[in-house]
Amino acid sequence: MADLLFFMFATVAIGSAIGVVVARNPVGSLMFMVATLAAVAGIFVLLEAHFLAAIQVIVYAGAIMVLFLFVIMLLNLGHDYQRDVKGGVWSVMAFATTGGLAGLLVRQLGRSADSPAFLTGSGGDAIDAALAEYGAVGAIARPLFTDYVVPFELVGILLLVAIVGATVLAKKNV
Amino acid sequence: MITEALFVSALIFAIGTLGVIVRRNVIIMFLCIELQLNAVNLAFVAFSRSVGIEGQLFVFFVMTVAAAEAAVGLAIIISIFRHYESVNVDKFNLLKW
Amino acid sequence: MFFALQATTEGAHEWSPVLPGLVILLPLLGFVINGALALTHARRSADAVRAGGELDLAAGDRPLTHTLPTWIGPGVIGLAFLITVVNLVGMAGADLHEPIIRTYWTWIVTGSLTVDAAIQLDQLSMVMMLVVTGVGFLIHVFSVGYMKDDPGYPRYFAYLNLFIFFMLVLVMGAGYLLMFVGWEGVGLCSYLLIGYWFSDREKSDAGKKAFIVNRIGDLGFLVAMFFLFTTFQTLDFVEIFSAAPERIPYGHSVATIITLFFLLGAAGKSAQIPLYIWLPDAMAGPTPVSALIHAATMVTAGVYLVARSSVLFALSPIASATVAGIGVITALFAATIALKQYDIKRVLAYSTISQLGYMFLGVGVGAYTAGVFHLMTHAFFKALLFLGAGAVIHSVHHALHHTDKDWDAQDMRNMGGLRKHMPITWATMWIATLAISGIWPFAGFFSKDEIIWAAGAWAGAANAPYPTLYTVYWVLALVTALLTAFYMTRLMVMTFHGANRTGEKEAKHLRETPAVMWVPLAVLAALSVFGGWINVPAAISESFLGGFGFLPMGENFHHWLEPVMAGAHEIQAQHLGEISHQAPLFGGGELVWALASTGLAAIVVLIAARVVGGQKHVPAVDAAEPRGLGRVLYRKYYVDEAYDAVIVRPVHALSRFSWRFVDDVIIDGTVNMAGNLARAFGWVGSLFQTGQINTYAFIFTIGVLVILGWVAF
Repeated sequence: MADLLFFMFATVAIGSAIGVVVARNPVGSLMFMVATLAAVAGIFVLLEAHFLAAIQVIVYAGAIMVLFLFVIMLLNLGHDYQRDVKGGVWSVMAFATTGGLAGLLVRQLGRSADSPAFLTGSGGDAIDAALAEYGAVGAIARPLFTDYVVPFELVGILLLVAIVGATVLAKKNV
Repeated sequence: MITEALFVSALIFAIGTLGVIVRRNVIIMFLCIELQLNAVNLAFVAFSRSVGIEGQLFVFFVMTVAAAEAAVGLAIIISIFRHYESVNVDKFNLLKW
Repeated sequence: MFFALQATTEGAHEWSPVLPGLVILLPLLGFVINGALALTHARRSADAVRAGGELDLAAGDRPLTHTLPTWIGPGVIGLAFLITVVNLVGMAGADLHEPIIRTYWTWIVTGSLTVDAAIQLDQLSMVMMLVVTGVGFLIHVFSVGYMKDDPGYPRYFAYLNLFIFFMLVLVMGAGYLLMFVGWEGVGLCSYLLIGYWFSDREKSDAGKKAFIVNRIGDLGFLVAMFFLFTTFQTLDFVEIFSAAPERIPYGHSVATIITLFFLLGAAGKSAQIPLYIWLPDAMAGPTPVSALIHAATMVTAGVYLVARSSVLFALSPIASATVAGIGVITALFAATIALKQYDIKRVLAYSTISQLGYMFLGVGVGAYTAGVFHLMTHAFFKALLFLGAGAVIHSVHHALHHTDKDWDAQDMRNMGGLRKHMPITWATMWIATLAISGIWPFAGFFSKDEIIWAAGAWAGAANAPYPTLYTVYWVLALVTALLTAFYMTRLMVMTFHGANRTGEKEAKHLRETPAVMWVPLAVLAALSVFGGWINVPAAISESFLGGFGFLPMGENFHHWLEPVMAGAHEIQAQHLGEISHQAPLFGGGELVWALASTGLAAIVVLIAARVVGGQKHVPAVDAAEPRGLGRVLYRKYYVDEAYDAVIVRPVHALSRFSWRFVDDVIIDGTVNMAGNLARAFGWVGSLFQTGQINTYAFIFTIGVLVILGWVAF
């Protein structure tokens, strides 16, 4: 069952990702992107990362993508079906390099499967235990507010800076 | 399950890279960067099944940074659009010597 | 002086030299004062020119800058001469067998080399000091009259004092390095004084030529010092000469190499073949300078070097034979050129080269004393000849100046009949001519005859290394002596006798020189007469030529220098065996040949007087260039042209090649190529800078691929 779900989610994720790249219309790209994010969120669930899956859907697909959509609408690009993919030699070279990149990454993964220590740690069991004890939110909240409280606060400051920066940049007369 | 998730992550990452290279529309390029980030997030979550809760914490931070980046990046895009009346990167070649 | 030596050797006592350092310091002091005056004068004339005028020395009283040097210049040298004489008397009274060393401070300490600033007083350096300060003083006095109207008067005396200072360092230094300091210093002064009238391109070129040709010789001196140091670990005279006989076997190549390199240095400084070419050109300097530097003192430094290193030269028969060979060939060669020169100073210049050749022959055949003896007598009569020539030129120049006649004041064809205008100069110069020709009883007879005889006697020595070679030397030396008599008589006849060719109006202005100029001539004339009497050979002292014992000094000079030359004489006695008392080829003793040579010389003088006096002379402007052999001699065997073709032009061509090809093409090309390469790389790199984000992302990805690939494979 889980394998079937994973296969489904994976297919949707990869297919939508390709759609993001090839879609002519920016809005279409955006929709494919939302689909990808949702499919990845499904994979998150399968990997026992329930809280992150929720965040992915709410924050990423919900908030950030809507922000993109706002911008597309704001710039009035919705009806512009001009093709903007670079053609000819350039795409061949791009395919070659990205293909090489994917190939290399996959090759390395295949090799690390030979030495399974990296992939078969017992971290999953600890997460399962934490999930059972504290629930989906508590499992991630405990380390976040204990061991990683300083990075957490710093990320808060980063967001504040980003908000201020975005406000300043988007003003008419910079 | 972990290995399979990592394969998916690698493919999405490569597709995102391709998008950054071949598209001219700066918003699509930006979306493809988000795609790459998400591929990495997927890898982190997959590794968390083996390494521990830290993998998920990383994803949390990455998402936060992505949100900040989206805010600032889109603001820059708006700013550039105001200047060039376009989102085509071929026109943004001020970096050339 | 010398004659007092033998009488007092019995009552020998400890002797301490009187203020020897002051002898060196006084000329230096003179240089400092005169130099300061020269600078003052230079600034004043510059101010005057800037103000639009010109500093007029003739108007009114002469400024202090032109009166003080008159007293300071000759004064310091005179004082130094007095101190030298005092020391000479002291040294003669002491039975001195070891040199006296005065160490002032340690000059250089580096590695195993330690060089002290020390002076060495012994019989040889005393002779040189006497010549340098004595003749130097007379020439300084002469210069007061000769250079009186020259605007550079204080500068002239500053240079002259500096020269005496360096010359004294050269002869008094207690080691080769200090000697080299003086050696280079006199070279510098020679350059400065040859190019004294530096605004004349030809004259400053002559200075450069002298300097550059001397550099070649100085290289030899340096290399010889390197060899000496590696052999002996020191450069001190005393240590080297005491260690040399044990350290170096007789005839060993080390001695030969060292001495041959020294010979190169000596040939440069003393104008011997092949480096003699600078001396005739050095006549561009003021005539008293020619007398002091290029006749009496500096050019004899090479002879002094060989005499000082007599132990080393005695150890190498090959080097000695080379020294003698170069000397005698130079003597003959220069004498033949002198036969056909018309410039009075050039005749004297070639005569000097020739006489220096005699000195080299002397020190080369082991007669070190004879060489130094000839050095001394030559200093007297050659200085006298040059000063006399200076007086003549001075007079003729003024006469020509009166009518603005554009003739060469140094060309003997423009002179003639000066006898009645300049009787004192005429008389003194005849004395010098007889002396240089080797006529008894003048100084040159005794010194030159001793050298010629030594060459013959060496050829007949029991174990003579190259008897045939030395026989040839002896014959050539005899021939040269006769040539000397001829060209000197020719000079005298052309200058002083016959009809005057200067021109009627001009002749009225020919004057005898003032006392300040003729008194030094007279003193030098006296020395040219009596100077030889201090070393009458034992073989002839009791005969007619020795005045039947009337010339009472015997071989005093020989005995005087014996402590210095003892080491060399010991080696000679050991390896050469008995020196012959018979001349080679013809037999006959020293007395016979002395008589023969003076008789032949006298005959040549008379013949020359008749031949040259009988010729019809015309002023230089009307004269045709000589033909045949005469032309070859007049053109100095075309040696300058040959050097120009063989050395100067190839070097010039090589320099041009280095400039045009090596520098412009290769070196500049390499540098430019480096720049162009950087530019090309930059251009290629700039192709990646499209300014488009896609491109950067693409390149970025390739970079990631490379790193990943490196990790993966």
